[in-house]
Amino acid sequence: MSTETPAPGKRTNRINLDVSSYRGSKTTLCAGCGHNAISERIIDAFFEMGVDPKRVIKLSGIGCSSKSPAYFLNPSHGFNSVHGRMPSVATGAMLARGDMLAIGVSGDGDTGAIGIGQFVHLMRRNLPLIYIIEDNGCYGLTKGQFSPTADLGSKAKNGVVNDLPPIDTCALAIELGASFVARSFSGDKKQLLSVLKAAISHRGTSMLDVISPCVTFNDHDGSTKSYSYVKDHDEPLGEISFVPYFEEINVEYDAGSTTAVKMHDGSSLFLRKVAEDYNPSDKIAAMRLLHETNRRGEFATGVIYIEPDKDDFIDTLNLVDTPLAELGENKVRPPKAVLDEIMEGLR
Amino acid sequence: MSSTLPSPAPAEAAQRSHVVNDFSIQIATVNGSGSQTANLVLLRSIFQMGVPVSGKNLFPSNIAGLPTWYTIRANHRGYISRKKEIDFLVAMNSETAREDVLSLDPGRAVVYDEPLKLNALRTDLVFYPVPFDKIVAEVCPDAKLRRLVKNMIYDGILSHLLSIDLGEMEHALSRQLGKKPKAMQLNMAALEGGRKYAADHLEKLDPYRVERLNKTAGQILVEGNAAAAMGCMFAGVTVVAWYPITPSSSLPETLISYMRKYRMDKETGKATFAIVQAEDEIAAIGMVVGASWAGARAMTSTSGPGISLMSEFAGLAYYAELPAVVFDIQRVGPSTGLPTRTAQGDILFTAVNSHGDTQHVLLLPASVEECYTMAMEAFDLSERLQTIIYVMSDLDLGMNTWMAQPFTYPEKPFDRGKVLDEAKVRELGASWGRYKDVDGDGIPWRSLPGTGTPAYFTRGSGHNEMAQYTERPDDYVKNLDRLARKFETAKTLVPLPVVESEAGAKVGFIAYGSTHWALEEARDQLREEIGLKASYLRLRAYPFTPELEAFIKLHDRVYVVEQNRDAQMLSLLRINIDPALQTKIRSVLHYNGLPIDARSITEAVKAQETPGV
Repeated sequence: MSTETPAPGKRTNRINLDVSSYRGSKTTLCAGCGHNAISERIIDAFFEMGVDPKRVIKLSGIGCSSKSPAYFLNPSHGFNSVHGRMPSVATGAMLARGDMLAIGVSGDGDTGAIGIGQFVHLMRRNLPLIYIIEDNGCYGLTKGQFSPTADLGSKAKNGVVNDLPPIDTCALAIELGASFVARSFSGDKKQLLSVLKAAISHRGTSMLDVISPCVTFNDHDGSTKSYSYVKDHDEPLGEISFVPYFEEINVEYDAGSTTAVKMHDGSSLFLRKVAEDYNPSDKIAAMRLLHETNRRGEFATGVIYIEPDKDDFIDTLNLVDTPLAELGENKVRPPKAVLDEIMEGLR
Repeated sequence: MSSTLPSPAPAEAAQRSHVVNDFSIQIATVNGSGSQTANLVLLRSIFQMGVPVSGKNLFPSNIAGLPTWYTIRANHRGYISRKKEIDFLVAMNSETAREDVLSLDPGRAVVYDEPLKLNALRTDLVFYPVPFDKIVAEVCPDAKLRRLVKNMIYDGILSHLLSIDLGEMEHALSRQLGKKPKAMQLNMAALEGGRKYAADHLEKLDPYRVERLNKTAGQILVEGNAAAAMGCMFAGVTVVAWYPITPSSSLPETLISYMRKYRMDKETGKATFAIVQAEDEIAAIGMVVGASWAGARAMTSTSGPGISLMSEFAGLAYYAELPAVVFDIQRVGPSTGLPTRTAQGDILFTAVNSHGDTQHVLLLPASVEECYTMAMEAFDLSERLQTIIYVMSDLDLGMNTWMAQPFTYPEKPFDRGKVLDEAKVRELGASWGRYKDVDGDGIPWRSLPGTGTPAYFTRGSGHNEMAQYTERPDDYVKNLDRLARKFETAKTLVPLPVVESEAGAKVGFIAYGSTHWALEEARDQLREEIGLKASYLRLRAYPFTPELEAFIKLHDRVYVVEQNRDAQMLSLLRINIDPALQTKIRSVLHYNGLPIDARSITEAVKAQETPGV
């Protein structure tokens, strides 16, 4: 484990760890895979936010994306579960240990196809979880089949054209009740880092759809998830600045052109407005934005929807403050008088 | 008006004019007609008179409109399995009345709704016509409420005909209705109306009656699912995820009511548990596995179709070595099968549930008391063995009402198994590996998130003893062999079979679960009717322990009695025992959806034990 006191001279964060405490094992994904860039940003975000990696759990389903939790935060417990079912595993884990910070990594097939049922119900519950879809529009690990986020008319490497419309996971998440919904691009370091830091601050489900090109099976002409296509059609929602609660706000911003969002933990998120009337806490505006950019053949990136103070699933269930996994026998085995009372009622 | 005489055979009825505390009552109604209160009052009032009883609901997969039968058995010897023959029929359902009456043995009694004119069907039964609509109109002026109390009238009729104390009925009714004076008043009026009608108009011609005994003092009446729910609560369960399915739902639903009452933190009023109705059984087991991975005591409850859906996670939990408690309240399958009928049909499938090499521990409760105790044992075992424990109940045990001695408070503290703490981390140092067998029992030490102990990466894919990803053949074999060793360790921890040996017996019986009660009675029948001496081994868990082979060795012929077509436990037995013993094993099977009865076992065994007779 690498959480010892760092060597002098190394850059450390507010809990005195250097970035090596946030790294994982060596990646086994293809060179140039967008997912590796996302892992790098996750490492940066947790490091810069000064999150204790021992307070983090990382989970995933199955697929290329779902291998990636092994490539960041080695000191954290990780769970590579079964295909499409990470949401349920994360739900159980967070019910047991609501004091942890959970990050789940999924893919577009893992979420949009086999896992769509669990995804839908995860969003409804607003479980405290950063849910990242590493979205490349295809199944990499089984050699390039289309996934449900592949665009209509997008061409596969073997020339087959996709004839079904895509699922917009962001629109779906907003519709279903997720309280933080963002879309980003693995190649946009600055935006992705800010979005991840805001997600770390958020309480409730943060659903991040990160377009992450597959260099091996989906990076050719005719693909709408290739690096060049994504760069050409990315429509950032303006600059995002994130200021964590433990840092002073020293940016100047114009209230007319910037929306400031106070996060539940006291951090601040500044979103430069694209349009005068765009309000990221307005569900209808968020849906309109997604549909309008889609009609233009573009996709909006940035924080699309945010509801910072919505009750999360742990609030809804009214759980005690002590994590359920830590409750002692005296708290969870009622006394004999309770059994006697029940028995009396059955006589 | 008087009862209709069974003209051809009054002599037989007269001969048997005193059948005391030994008969079955079947009440045939329409599902959704609100007969449950009346049936439970009838059951409970006999129980309160000190007579052993059992109540079984034979119901359709339907909310309202299809026929349903409730059978009550009273037996002074304490037999509480289903009695095959019906002695006393209450025919309230016009749809089934004809068939219900035609299937009775001669000399039996029928209370029926007068307009059905059932007395025209047969001449060898005792018929008691009752004008239910007329009586209910008299006792319940409000026409809208009549449907609710009509059934209480047959309780009143039976109170008179079977000599059931009306005061006991009133007491039973007050327990059902609690503090609802209006409902109490209405139902009492119906009870008394029925009793008065019977006293004034019906001449007692059947032999059946209840007399006070002292065989139920201090006992309780409870369903297996409620007993299991209690067990889970006292086992300290903290995370429950479930998906509605008959006949399992009443387990988590009862658990919810207990937990809300007894497991709210006194100081904060907050819950010391999370119960989630999941989107399906896959999500339910996923939540359980996630919660137990993070250190909580977690469970789910389901039935056969749910077990099927949980298969992939079952393999993951086996291979990643995560605890989980899964109740399987078995019903008839496959697929929907007969969802409201009972079976022991998931045994073979569940024992090896999942792909690849998988072995699971099964607990086999036979009584409501074992539903309670095995729930607690299941949590301890699953954390000790770091694997799924299936508790194989069934519809008969889970949803029907059983007599039992009051449950005892658990004395043993929880066994949370091998979980790393700081001291253990210091002791093991860098040599700790999540899947490393340091104690020789195949069980490794696990670490939990959030506890400050070393982390590991959990995965279903190939891993070595340090929990690192690997596809090396030797690592994989080593891991699978250790898992097999762990299953050997399970044999030393699971509940042992219960053996009742009879000196000199050449015949042995093996049974498990709810089959136990019918088998106990069948052993008595066989002893009394053909002088058969037989020993009995009741299995309480899989993997099997050495007692099983020893038992088979001691006998010439061993009958495995179970409630499925394919002799599932016998099959499991065959792959686990010395091949030389296999020729001794025979099978008695019951799989018609009804709870097994003693007579069926007795006849099947007689056919083999007395050839040519």
